[in-house]
Amino acid sequence: MSIETGNDRQLDHYVSKAPFDPRSIEALPPEQERYYLASQWQLMWWKFIRHRLALISGGFLLLMYGSILISEFLAPYNLHSRNINAIYSPPQSVHIFHEGAFIGPFVYGTHYKLNLRNLRREYTEDTSKIYRVNFFCRGDEYDFWGLGTGDLHFFCIEEGGTLFLLGTDRLGRDILSRILYGARISLTIGLIGIMMSFVLGMVIGGIAGYYGGVIDLVVQRIIEILQSFPQIPLWMALSAVLPVTWSPLLIYFGITVILAMLDWTGLARAVRSKLLALREEDYCLAAQLMGAKPKRIIGRHLMPGFMSHLIASATLSIPTMILGETALSFLGLGLRPPITSWGILLNEAQNISVVALYPWLILPVAPVILVILAFSFLGDGLRDAADPYK
Amino acid sequence: MLGYLVRRFFIMIPTLLAISLIVFLIIELPPGDYLESYVSELQAQGETVDQKHIEFLREQYGFDKPVLTRYWEWVTGMVVGDFGFSFEYRLPVSDVVGDRLFLTILVSTVTIIFTWIIAFPIGLYSATHQYSWGDYGLTFIGLLGLATPNFLLALIMLYFANVIFGTSIGGLMDPDYIDQPWSWDKAMSVLEHLWIPVVVIGTSGTAGMIRRLRANMLDELQKQYVTTARAKGLPPLRMLLKYPLRNAINFFIADIGSLLPNIISGAELVAVVLSLPTTGPVLIAALQSQDMYLAGSFLMFLASLTVVGVLLSDILLAWLDPRIRLAGGVAK
Repeated sequence: MSIETGNDRQLDHYVSKAPFDPRSIEALPPEQERYYLASQWQLMWWKFIRHRLALISGGFLLLMYGSILISEFLAPYNLHSRNINAIYSPPQSVHIFHEGAFIGPFVYGTHYKLNLRNLRREYTEDTSKIYRVNFFCRGDEYDFWGLGTGDLHFFCIEEGGTLFLLGTDRLGRDILSRILYGARISLTIGLIGIMMSFVLGMVIGGIAGYYGGVIDLVVQRIIEILQSFPQIPLWMALSAVLPVTWSPLLIYFGITVILAMLDWTGLARAVRSKLLALREEDYCLAAQLMGAKPKRIIGRHLMPGFMSHLIASATLSIPTMILGETALSFLGLGLRPPITSWGILLNEAQNISVVALYPWLILPVAPVILVILAFSFLGDGLRDAADPYK
Repeated sequence: MLGYLVRRFFIMIPTLLAISLIVFLIIELPPGDYLESYVSELQAQGETVDQKHIEFLREQYGFDKPVLTRYWEWVTGMVVGDFGFSFEYRLPVSDVVGDRLFLTILVSTVTIIFTWIIAFPIGLYSATHQYSWGDYGLTFIGLLGLATPNFLLALIMLYFANVIFGTSIGGLMDPDYIDQPWSWDKAMSVLEHLWIPVVVIGTSGTAGMIRRLRANMLDELQKQYVTTARAKGLPPLRMLLKYPLRNAINFFIADIGSLLPNIISGAELVAVVLSLPTTGPVLIAALQSQDMYLAGSFLMFLASLTVVGVLLSDILLAWLDPRIRLAGGVAK
């Protein structure tokens, strides 16, 4: 066996001509890179949309809040239009076929009779008369946000007929229209109230948590005392002392302030405990050394760190406010007519004999429950999403 | 332990004082006093008003004294059981309240027990079967219960009782027993009627408790002692009952603090709808007619009930849970 010299069988020395990327070994697949480079809000959004129920609830609430902008257009009747021929009329049903023939959506005429035995108003369908439901038609005239008058409605009934999809109340006012208008008050009172209590909670909780010591102790005691009150009786007492001479609009703001005044405690507690932990962080010390004032440190450096949590818990406490207003108005201690909220509508259903005879008066319960459920789901979703790294 | 009890008891006193201050503030808030509205009411009815009589009343009820004196008299009066005078009923508040306080306490206590009995197994099931259909179903029902305001639930139940059974479910006893002295039959009648308000008031509290219990149990179930117990081959049910559940029981008692105000609030509202002879209807009537001493006494009473309830739960907790520091008082 001969020994060959190296020169003959030398292996090719392979050299890649491509420029060398020292980080190529750490390269991430694109989807992971997208994930790691995303901002915190982006991550929260991705996490939030995975929560189907929260997404649907959010959409539903957007629709509801959108509807209060155009209540006049959506409602077939005006808030105060009375129909003396249809007092306590039951919900009318919409038909499409008449004796097998296609007509499109229509309602039958109604025939009214007073039952003298129990003094109940009885309405029967009169199938000889047919009234079509029209869309985008002219109806009751209304004032649109002070911009001018209009009379266009999303749907209404042919001349001569009535269209009470959810029945009417003791003055013959259409309940569906009143629910649509009532949303305006019921939904905004929660939002305005939560904004006030949000600010109160952040300021008071922020001061207590940042300064600590005696201030913290005092604030803690106040919160404990406020929380030991049963909320609704205290609300009732406070709204009972609102002067009778105030205008309904002032009462509306008064009620909102009362709701907010007793609701900030939970938020203040959350802010305080977070601040107590965060103020020990190095970046806070750095800001202090650079001469930032407490207001700037709290507002600029500390708050953004847990803003998402605060928004989530604020969302979860909107239902309490809506319920508070509903309960107060239901008892006659809250808003006063002519302002109309869902609680005011339910006030008419307070009496069991009325409810037994005219059960559709408790229908405003449905939007209350739906909105509260939606806020709960949305708040749950937001809370889960608020911590995207978990 | 005794030292803790005494200290915990004395912490309660400033709290009650502060509450009384707030309540008195509310009593004083409305412009004018009851006598003024009384006079204008009489005048509106066309009756002549005897100024001397009014002056006499004013003096008797102490409306002419400075605010601080009145506050002092009100607070010291309450300590010895004199809750002031109801102008609407022209009776001492304690006479107006009478049985109603007792019935309020009865309804609240039974509701709490009901809440526990229902929430306990359901919360346990939801936690051990997380993300199962049962869990989702129960969670949804729980959320629905949480979202349905209890006074509206009372309305809905009233309606269905009327439609299905043709009866009225209002009241807390048969009409025959109202204003009768307590007897065995009356007590039984109350028990028969009690379950409806209890269910109505308890629903939202129960739903809330199920959710909190589920979250708590889920936390406990992830801890290492559970893994250890499982690894050692303990049967699941026994493991569950022996370790995580014990921790959860403490939570149940600690939760009274948040449950009690909720239940009392709800009870007041539901009482109006179901016309229960508890404090609710009287409180609302008093607020509507601005009979503020009566209303204030009720408010004070409801708040004290909460404070005492929380005190009881703290004592129970200290007794049950060895981890609670009895020394206390150490600031962070």
